[in-house]
Amino acid sequence: MPWGMVGGAMLVSLLFSIQACKPKGVQSAVSGDSAVKAYVPPGKYDEFYNFVSGGFSGQMSVYGLPSGRLFRVIPVFSVDPEKGWGYAEETKPMLNTSHGFVPWDDLHHPALSVTDGIHDGRWAFGNANNTPRIARIDLKTFRTAEIIEIPNSGGNHSSPFITENTEYVVAGTRFSVPMGDKVDVPIKTYKENFRGTVSFISVDQTSGEMKIAFQILLPGINFDLSRAGKGKSHGWFFFSCYNSERANTLLEVNASQKDKDFIMAVNWKKAEEYVKAGKGVKKNVKYAHNVYDEEKHIATSKMENEVIMLDPKDCPDMVYFMPCPKSPHGCDTDPSGEYIVGSGKLAALIPVFSFTKIQEAIASKNFEGDYEGIPVLKYDAVLHGEVKKPGLGPLHTEFDANGFAYTSFFVSSEIVKWRVSDLQVVDRVPTYYSIGHLCVPGGPTKKPWGKYVIAYNKITKDRYLPTGPELTQSAQLYSIDGDKMQLLLDFPTIGEPHYAEAIPAEMIMKNSKKIYKLEENKNPHAALGEKEARVERKGNEVHVYMTSIRSHFVPDNIEGVKVGDQVYFHVTNLEQDWDVPHGFAVKGANNAELLIMPGETQTLLWKPDRVGVFPMYCTDFCSALHQEMQGYVRVSPAGANVPLTFSTGDQQ
Amino acid sequence: MKNQIIAVLGLGLVSILLVQCKGGVKEDLPQVDFEAIEKSQPEVHGTLIKDEDITLGNPLNEEWVKGGENIYNLKCLACHKLTEEKLVGPGWKGLTKTRKPAWIMNMITNVETMLESDEEAQKLLEQCLVRMPNQNVSKEEARQILEFMRKNDGEM
Repeated sequence: MPWGMVGGAMLVSLLFSIQACKPKGVQSAVSGDSAVKAYVPPGKYDEFYNFVSGGFSGQMSVYGLPSGRLFRVIPVFSVDPEKGWGYAEETKPMLNTSHGFVPWDDLHHPALSVTDGIHDGRWAFGNANNTPRIARIDLKTFRTAEIIEIPNSGGNHSSPFITENTEYVVAGTRFSVPMGDKVDVPIKTYKENFRGTVSFISVDQTSGEMKIAFQILLPGINFDLSRAGKGKSHGWFFFSCYNSERANTLLEVNASQKDKDFIMAVNWKKAEEYVKAGKGVKKNVKYAHNVYDEEKHIATSKMENEVIMLDPKDCPDMVYFMPCPKSPHGCDTDPSGEYIVGSGKLAALIPVFSFTKIQEAIASKNFEGDYEGIPVLKYDAVLHGEVKKPGLGPLHTEFDANGFAYTSFFVSSEIVKWRVSDLQVVDRVPTYYSIGHLCVPGGPTKKPWGKYVIAYNKITKDRYLPTGPELTQSAQLYSIDGDKMQLLLDFPTIGEPHYAEAIPAEMIMKNSKKIYKLEENKNPHAALGEKEARVERKGNEVHVYMTSIRSHFVPDNIEGVKVGDQVYFHVTNLEQDWDVPHGFAVKGANNAELLIMPGETQTLLWKPDRVGVFPMYCTDFCSALHQEMQGYVRVSPAGANVPLTFSTGDQQ
Repeated sequence: MKNQIIAVLGLGLVSILLVQCKGGVKEDLPQVDFEAIEKSQPEVHGTLIKDEDITLGNPLNEEWVKGGENIYNLKCLACHKLTEEKLVGPGWKGLTKTRKPAWIMNMITNVETMLESDEEAQKLLEQCLVRMPNQNVSKEEARQILEFMRKNDGEM
């Protein structure tokens, strides 16, 4: 590298005081117009919404692009005391599972709904990796509307990727597990007793409601990531698989023995036919299906007990394996649907498969053998070609609309841009540091929106002010408008960011719900107007039907509550103006606050544990007289004869 | 060498001056009409109501009176008494005698505009210190509330 360039780059860095670490090359320097390109002036909107997985926070975060500003953390699989998620009586059932209430999970992959392979802005899906589940988030409200548990699964990682018209979201097992009647088995009997599954969960096109349509029983290997076919490959689904060694211990070594693992191709249209023809077997299972009712503001959890299982042995021409080098991770289809990019975590090349060639190889039975009864196609017969020496440790690939692919490289910590047609590398930029997933707006769809690629990094080290041993997670924004990728911005993220998707702001914001209409509030505990506010006792349950409006509660003085009572505060926010939530908290409550949107009713359960007078107040600054929005509950001894009374001002 | 650096810096500065925030948007990227969206954010009840838009008749439309009362119970009662007493906002007794019908309906449906432009509305805010909220009441509903207010003021 010419010294002049290095000097120039370093001087630029110095003068702009942006770059803290030593640049590896000229392209790592932040050039002069970066700030302008990522700058969104005060009061102006971003171009894109960026839905980013919250990783081990269990939530999904929403950022603006190009500014990197955080707008919202959507509570999904983890409780969120700030919003009362999982604490309010109405939302507790959302976190119910066959294991009971589970307050945490690990969300890795958002997937935005599509119609004809193009973003449609209806829903975002997310996976729970630990206790296998899929969530659907309604993009009108930015709230989790539904969570379905996945039975016969361990580690729901290759999920929730979606088909071209959101017909299905999928769930593939990372951990194979023993299933059925024989589950108490020695772990070392892995090869005999452990099996994997992939589940196809249908999505109702009107309500969005999910249902497990069928599962496919598979050998005990690890399913990692997946992508639906699109365009010409619509009707197929591709899953990357590792651990074809079927190791059950020290996978780091034992699952890295073979030169090649697989990408699995599933003909799901064929699977649908087999289900219709009754080839599936009904299996007894137990899984929770939780739905949030938008009009009642209440979630219900229902336990389901059956799935239809397809066994490839009874269903020929449904599942094929394609050899793929070195523990493939990412498995991504290009916008045309012709090319499937596999990324071996330990490989130093990127194989690109051709859908046309896959079809030809299947037609001519060009197999190299079978794996546990499933045909294995010949590598050379299905290969479009290999990207040679692109970098070390390819993970994931996204696409733009101009025929280019962008692949993340964890080991060599860079994004590599290459041309899909001739597999030539055209550009590369370093990431700081150790990129995992990456995102081009619309990158997994038939119509990429382009403009940016965002790197979601695993390590931040020296990029931000240190905060003790635990550092922030981070993303980096690059412009891809020109021939050369250009670093524009670093921004911190919550949890650990895995996958993310970005969608033009216009497609979401025009549908964004502003209030819940009081006229449509069907919560059975709602107090629709102060005239309906009251307190009722049913045995040891005390139900407070409370209203809040700027800036008072009705009622705000309550007496006659006794130690041992269960007090339910059903709070209805009577506001009908956007951005006027009220909060509710009472001293000593062992759960959380409520945050009640305009027109909404939410319920907090309080079990007073001692005699006294307990303050309650509005927690969300609502008006100049917010600090006056408060009240008292008097709690008397268990046997006391204090009558139940309630009031606000002089109104009894 | 020196020239090279100056060139690099110069290019950077020129870029800062030249590059527009929305430059380079792809043609098929949905064009965001931010102004239209911004306008649609607050109230969407249309333009201010004028006095000549409203016809008052007697006897009162009892259906509207009932409808107005229901809306009052749900959305207004928390802050407005039917007497002259001020709670959060002014009591309603006598309101239809002192305020014009269009003014009343605009305070209900176009409160943001009224607080920006109407002196009487601004005076009320100074007294009450709580902004009259937008309670998502339509023009037709506001007319029903007006009928209920007239009844409250003794009209038949």
